[in-house]
Order: sequence, then structure tokens, then C-alpha cells
Amino acid sequence: MKYVIKKVTTMIITLFFVSVLVFFSFSLIPGNPAISKLGTEATPERIAALEHEMGLDRPLLERFGNWILGVVRGDFGTSYSYSQSVTGLLAEKIGTTLLLSVMAIIICVIIAIPLGIFMARKSDSKLDIILSGANQLIMAVPSFFSGILITLIFGIVFRLFTPGLFVSYHTNFFKCIGYLFFPAFSIALPKISMVSKLLKDNVLKESEKEYVRTAYSRGNATKTVFYKHVLGNALIPVITFLGMTFADIIAGSIIVEQVFSIPGLGRILLTSISGRDYPVIEAIILLLAFFVVLSNLIVDLLYHKFDPRIHV
Amino acid sequence: MKRFKMLALLLVSAMMTVALCGCGGDKTEGGSSKITIGIPQDLDCLDPHTAVAAGTKEILFNIYEGLMKTDSDGNLFPAVAESYSVSDDGLTYRFTLRDKVKFHNDQTVTADDVLYCIKRNADDGTGNALISAFLNIVDYYAEGKDIVIVLSEPNPDFLQSMTMAITPKDKTDLDTDPVGTGPYKFVSRSPQENVILKRFDAYWGEKANIEDVTLKICSNADSIVIDLKAGAVDTFCRIRTSQVMQLQGSDFAILEGTMNLVQAMYLNNAVKPFDDVRVRQALSYAVDADEIIDLSFDGKGTKLGSSMFPAFGKYYIPETADVYNQDLDKAKALLAEAGYPNGFSFAIKVPSNYQPHIDTAQVVVEQLKKVGVTATIELIEWDSWLSDVYSGRDFEATMVGVDASNMTARAMLERFVSTSSKNFINFSNAEYDEKFAAAIASVDVDEQTKYYKECEWILTNDAANVYIQDLAEFVALRNNYTGYEFYPIYVMDIAKIKPVK
Repeated sequence: MKYVIKKVTTMIITLFFVSVLVFFSFSLIPGNPAISKLGTEATPERIAALEHEMGLDRPLLERFGNWILGVVRGDFGTSYSYSQSVTGLLAEKIGTTLLLSVMAIIICVIIAIPLGIFMARKSDSKLDIILSGANQLIMAVPSFFSGILITLIFGIVFRLFTPGLFVSYHTNFFKCIGYLFFPAFSIALPKISMVSKLLKDNVLKESEKEYVRTAYSRGNATKTVFYKHVLGNALIPVITFLGMTFADIIAGSIIVEQVFSIPGLGRILLTSISGRDYPVIEAIILLLAFFVVLSNLIVDLLYHKFDPRIHV
Repeated sequence: MKRFKMLALLLVSAMMTVALCGCGGDKTEGGSSKITIGIPQDLDCLDPHTAVAAGTKEILFNIYEGLMKTDSDGNLFPAVAESYSVSDDGLTYRFTLRDKVKFHNDQTVTADDVLYCIKRNADDGTGNALISAFLNIVDYYAEGKDIVIVLSEPNPDFLQSMTMAITPKDKTDLDTDPVGTGPYKFVSRSPQENVILKRFDAYWGEKANIEDVTLKICSNADSIVIDLKAGAVDTFCRIRTSQVMQLQGSDFAILEGTMNLVQAMYLNNAVKPFDDVRVRQALSYAVDADEIIDLSFDGKGTKLGSSMFPAFGKYYIPETADVYNQDLDKAKALLAEAGYPNGFSFAIKVPSNYQPHIDTAQVVVEQLKKVGVTATIELIEWDSWLSDVYSGRDFEATMVGVDASNMTARAMLERFVSTSSKNFINFSNAEYDEKFAAAIASVDVDEQTKYYKECEWILTNDAANVYIQDLAEFVALRNNYTGYEFYPIYVMDIAKIKPVK
């Protein structure tokens, strides 16, 4: 329990620093939300009036104080560009991006783990050599590129999905999953190679350890030794890796969203940055940081569960 | 482990099934009463009085209307008003409201609504008017069904400003809940995803052809061809020349119009060396607009020579385009005379989100090398362009297109008056200010046109900017739709689009 409290405290401190960084970095870069909104119709008086309305004429520290107080109460303010509450604006986008990320990680796990086990058991066979080679190749291809190829092959040639025709999960959950399958797959692809390779290497490494020989000498069958002893130990580093990957996947999904025209967090983040919609940018970055920190926390806790050597 | 494998298999196959089923019914049905229109950016504001982006106004045209409305030739016709009259001295305008024009929320338009909108646009709360022509209004009131507006001095362009959207009185949340009188009513929006419109069946005029309209935001310009070919989008209005070739021979009609803007290398007339008219003229002689149009735009585009484009009809002077035909010797001589025999170097700031301007700037850089002038392209974000270049006027040269917010020559030419807050190039010419003031003050249309034309000539002769072209615009429209019409201003008239029978 003490361990959990310690971890959560670190998490909150990290998030606080992120929020400070986000808030003040945007006051340093050029551009101004009032000018951005008024465009070519801007006059000095109108800019001043709009800045007042947005509260931008107040001292920086006061603005930060107000903002952070709001955040603590769950109020991220109002978007400059959309005149809507940021919470309402982002709720659906978060859902989309999270759904995409979770699908990617599920696809990754259910393909990579059996594949890793398979490759370990067939190690040094011809099949393994081919698979390892393919693995190396896939690992090197970034997901936005494989995304373009997938769009071309499955979208245009085989017409398994209509590129660009995203359906929100509110409208039709299954259609949404159907559309997200291909982007999720392209995000998962390089991760699958990494995870399966890591698992294979770990299994091979563990198999050479002495406890394995002991297990055999006690008369256990190969299968029992493999699944009961070797795999359990080999999975621990894989879990750590998956945890770190989850953060990576969320970041990756922001890019892949562009390729597949998915209106998730990525697109709104980009347009908010170029339109200097501070409340939206701050909320998104804080959220992304939250996901990363949270996934690390979950990994720590899981690790703790799987490996009794890590004490409370 | 067996169980895990089974579960895994099940999950993957389930996902695949869903993925495959999800795609079956998505093909667009031919001739249906719905259309998906791709737009390059999200709408910046749904309140017609405060929206500024051209890309927003062209969509809001379908939701809101004014007392007057623009047709596809740029002429005005009465819309919410049934008729209008102007007094002989040009000072009093009388608009008679059309009977039973309904707002989308089922209210009937009344004179109070109109008065409210005039009030809102005449004073934005900072002592300025949202519509500058309204500063001229001394009195406005209702007389039964009539709205009377009295001006302090005559203004032949005043009717143009009456295209101002009519919205319900005291409705202040238009930005989130737009209500107008146009042929389409707003249904919903999802930021960065789409805006959904529905035909307004109680529309006073000719009703729209297509019932359901989805405006899909396609901010990734590179995936537009795929979106079109795959059927996710039925039409897109800002197709690039290279994309036109990719779409040829497919299910699309490619329509060609003009963008109705003045693309130029805008020069900061207040900084050295561009404060010297000879340097500006030298650059104009060095740059060959025809070559730019041929090289980067496949020969499509109209060469310009002043801040006016052909759609303006009577105000446009084609001859201005021939004043600075490329002449490298003349350019070199002018540079030497101005004290730059060995040329100089400067930076062209180009907004990074406008590919056509980047393409043009690249050719210009090469052309300027021939007269010893070294230009470098500096790509900047649109937002930085607005704050640094446009508002801050901190630049040497910038490659952009300037458009008109309405069909008045004033909209194009007012920004070059030395005291105008929109005069981002710091152009300063006493004669220009005089001619422009004379144009504004004149009651007679012919006389006014004459003054405006003189203004344009001053811009040309002074080489205020290196004028390049009015870009060609390509619209891809799926074959089962027809009826797309180009307007001389930024307008996308969705009501005219109809399915092919």
C-alpha cells in the first residue's frame, strides 16, 4: 500500500511539472490566440477586446493559478476556437484515440506472444530464420508508412475498408471498430516484431538457466517446464516493455490518425497548436502525460505482482 | 495456455469480421439525396458576424442570408428583403421585408431582428464597426415592414454590406447554435471531424436539391485523392494541379474556376531596400509570372498586374499585367540606379500551409538570381504569419494571396491607404490616398470606377508588390452530382448541387 501511495505521489508531482512546462512554454513561442482568431480582420482595438475576453490581459502567474485551480476541479476552461468547454470537446476524441491505442495493444499482445513462443520453440529452424528476417524488416518500418501501404492495399485494392470514412463510436460502435482495425494494426505491426523478438530471446535465455535443468531432472515433461517455469520468467521483461510501448502507441496513434483521417486527439492537437488554442493544447498534453504516467504505474504494479522479489 | 490461444484466435477473428462487415454498406449510393463535401479546414466560428476565415464564410453562405444576397455573377438580389429603394440623393435606403421568411428555429423574421443585426455590426463594443461601411450610418429605424437606413454621405457600395447575415434578435450563442434563414440549417458539428447540415424545408426561395450534407474536414491534403477515390468524400474544392492528374479518368468531373485572389510577393514598402520604388520595379521586371504559371501550375492561372482580379469585371484592368513583362536588362539597370549594382539579399516569408505560394516562391527565388538578387524562403506557420507579418508588419517580403471579403473594389483597395490598419505592406502614396478618398466619396458609379482604376494604376506604376496571378481553382465533383457553380467571391453554394437523375 505504501508503495502505491509513493508511486501515486510521484505521478502527481510529474503531472504538475508537465503542466508548468506546457503553460509557460506557450507563452514564450510567437503567435497569439486573439490574432489567430481575428485573422486578417484584426485591428489593435479588436485584439485588445478579444484578449480581455479570453483573459489574456491578466498577469501570467494569475492565469496559471486560475487554470491549475480549474484543472484540479476538473474544469479545463473553454476552447478559444470552438467556444465549447474543453472537457466536452475532448471527451469523444479521447475515446477515439484510446480505443485505437487499446486495440493496437490487444492486437500486439495476441499476435506477438504466441508468435514469440512459436519462434522460440522452432529456433534455428528455417522457418525461424525467415520469421526473424521478416521481423527485422517490419521493426524498421514506421507505422505511418505501413499505414499508407495498408490504406493502399486493403483500402483501395481490396476495398476492405473505405479510407477516410471514419464512423464515430457514438454513431456505430462496430463500424468504428471495423474502421479502426487497420490503423490499429499498422500501429501494432512494428511493436509485434519487437515484442515477439524480445519474448523469443528471453525464452531462449531462460531455457539455459539451471533451474530449467533441475525441473527436467525432476521428471517434468517438456511442456510443463516450458509453460510453468520458463514462460513465466520470460514474460516479466516483456510486460515492462509493453508498458513502455503503450505510451509509445498513444504517441504513435496521433501520427497514424493523420494517415487514416481519424478525428482523434492527434488532429485536434495539431490544429489547436497552429490556432494557439491554449486551453485545448494544455488539456491534451496534460492528458497524454497522464496516460504515460498511468501506464508506467500499472506496469510497476504488475511487475510487482509477477515478480515477488520486488518488495513492498 | 491453450485457452489463451483460443481466446486470442477468437478475438482476432472477431475483429476481422467486424472490420469486414463494417465496410460493406459504406459505398455512396448513386443519385442519393445526400452528399459528403470535403473541406480543407474546420470552421473557425459559426457566428456570421464575427467569422473571418474565407473558408468559413463560404460555408456559412448556405446557412445565413442578408437582406441582399450575391448571385454567381456577383450581382446582388433581394433575399430577406423583398425589394429596396434608394433615395435620389443616395442617402436613404428603404428595404421592404419579404413576407413570412422563417428562421431555422421557426420564428418569422421581423424588422426588430434586422435592426438588432445592424446595431451589432455597427458597433463591436470597442467603438469600431464590424462592417466598416456601417460607420456611415446616422440613423436606422423600422416603419412597419420597412427598414430605413440613413447615411451621412452617399456610398454606391453600401448595398454590398447589406449581405450582412440576418439572425434572430438577442441570440448571442450563434457560435454554438447557428440560426439563419438560408437554404440549409445547421444540425451538429464535431470539431475537426465534420459539420452536418440539413435542407431547410421552410426556405422562402428555391429549395436546395440535396437533403443531407456532411462537410467532412480533410485537413490532410495528401490523402484527399484517396478519400475521393475510395468514396469517403464526393466533392472537394481545392484540388491541386498534381492531384488533378491523379484524378483524371476516374469517376470525377474536374471543374476549373479561379480562386479570386491576388497572389503576389507582397513587399514591405517601409523597409530597405523596398522603400525605393526602383528596387520594387526592378523585382517586378525580374519576375516572370507566365513562367511561374507554366512551371508550377500547368499553365492554369491569370497573370495579374495590380490588386484586382478578373471576377471584379468593371474594376479589373487587364493591361496592368503587361506593364512589367520580364526584362532582365531593365531590372539590372534599375537596381544599379538605386545603388544595388551587385544585388542584395532578403527573405520571403511564406505560410507553410499554402503549397501554391511555396511553389511560386521557389520559382521566384530562381528568377531573382538572374539579376543578382538572393532571396531565401522562410516558411512560417499561418498563426505566426498573422501575428508577425500581418499585424506586426515584421517582414521584408511575403508570398500570399489576398482576397476580397465582398464584391466591392473597396474591399481590395482600402488596405493600401497609408493609414489603414490593414495596410500590412506599409504602402504610402499621397496621391493614392487622395484618389481612394475621392472614390469613396463619389455618388456616381462611373466616376467612382474611374477613381478606383486610377488607384490600381498607382499600385502598378509604383510596383507596390510583385504581382503574380489569380490562381486557378479545381473542383472535383463525383459524376453522380452536377450543378456546382463558381462565384466571384468565396462561396460554395451547396443548394445548387444536385444528383444526376
